[in-house]
Amino acid sequence: EHPKMSGSQVKGVSTGTTILAVKYRGGVIIGSDSRASIGGDYVVSKVVNKLIQVHDRIFCCIAGSLADAQAVTKMAKFQLSFLSIQMESPPLVKAAASVLKELCYRNKEELQAGFITAGWDKKKGPQVYTVSLGGMLVSQPFTIAGSGSTYIYGYVDAKYKPDMSREECMQFATNALALAMGRDNVSGGIIHLVVITEDKAEHVIVPGNKLPKFHDE
Amino acid sequence: PPHWSPGTTIMAVEFDGGVVMGADSRTTTGAYIANRVTDKLTPIHERIFCCRSGSAADTQAIADSVTYQLGFHSIELDEPPQVQTAANLFKEMCYRYREELMAGIIVAGWDKRRGGQVYTVPVGGMMTRQPVSVGGSGSTYIYGYVDSNYRTGMSREECLQFTAKALSLAMERDGSSGGVVRLAVISEQGVDRQVILGNQLPRFSAA
Repeated sequence: EHPKMSGSQVKGVSTGTTILAVKYRGGVIIGSDSRASIGGDYVVSKVVNKLIQVHDRIFCCIAGSLADAQAVTKMAKFQLSFLSIQMESPPLVKAAASVLKELCYRNKEELQAGFITAGWDKKKGPQVYTVSLGGMLVSQPFTIAGSGSTYIYGYVDAKYKPDMSREECMQFATNALALAMGRDNVSGGIIHLVVITEDKAEHVIVPGNKLPKFHDE
Repeated sequence: PPHWSPGTTIMAVEFDGGVVMGADSRTTTGAYIANRVTDKLTPIHERIFCCRSGSAADTQAIADSVTYQLGFHSIELDEPPQVQTAANLFKEMCYRYREELMAGIIVAGWDKRRGGQVYTVPVGGMMTRQPVSVGGSGSTYIYGYVDSNYRTGMSREECLQFTAKALSLAMERDGSSGGVVRLAVISEQGVDRQVILGNQLPRFSAA
């Protein structure tokens, strides 16, 4: 085995995944691929849904160890439902992100998971938050993560504009995910998108044969 | 002694009539930028250049050796060498000494027989022709951009814009790439070199 053959494959803590969340005018779209794999060798599932609903209008997606992600989101869901009972109103997106952040920061030695949280609340409308590996919480207009995200930094930097319409944003998210899935061998399958607005959270699926195609396909 | 880091972004695109090649200009030893105006586009023959990524020492040595071999071959042939020949010479060396070397090279140029051509010789010593090729540590960030923006049949000007934009995007995200953008256009007429300074680079309003 040649140690120099590793090339540009991102190593380390991300399990194979591409996830993103983007704010647009009136809402937010959170999206992911659907592949679960063991290293680069075997696809365990082709249709995993990596978008987890932690409250009515708040979703999160995970980058990192799937086991850690499940444990943390389960805990976060519980804490958030308790919080919304106490406050007698739906939790703020920032509160959800904070809950995840606390869990990641306090347990940083044991955990290997980062999160993207996106949702809508009455106070600030649509929002996107990233909680990185060590437990840093940052609010951004859009964010990408996972092993496949390295291939689309250039694309999203070039294409993102603030205040897009819902259709433009869907196209942006779908294209970005398809491009990443085309280059990262541990991302793939179908595209899961959730469009969150004041009224509802809508799950959209783009199946494999409907993915956007690019010049060499 | 300090160790030269492979941080770089390099790119080459074919168009009808020639090729456009581009590179950033940063060489780092650890966190220090040893050279912020490096020229990573190296002439191998009159209308054949290469973009170098990986160990600076290795790629310079390989390029020098190939330049010598190609010059000799061209004299024997009594005509300009083919780009494919240059690419093959790079491949021979990179494959034979693959255990010792750390070199990712893009060979591009113009010849009478096949016009503008881009060949990539990544780490390991494979060689293949591609209409557009990117390399170096910064290249991972622009695969998505390149995949979505490249079309066949682009003009010389469009290729220049495309290359400059792609390199700017990579330089913005990759800590090991930066400085200025060096471009070279190779065609039947010869070689036209340009530099785009930092403050003239295309800007993108990102998060």
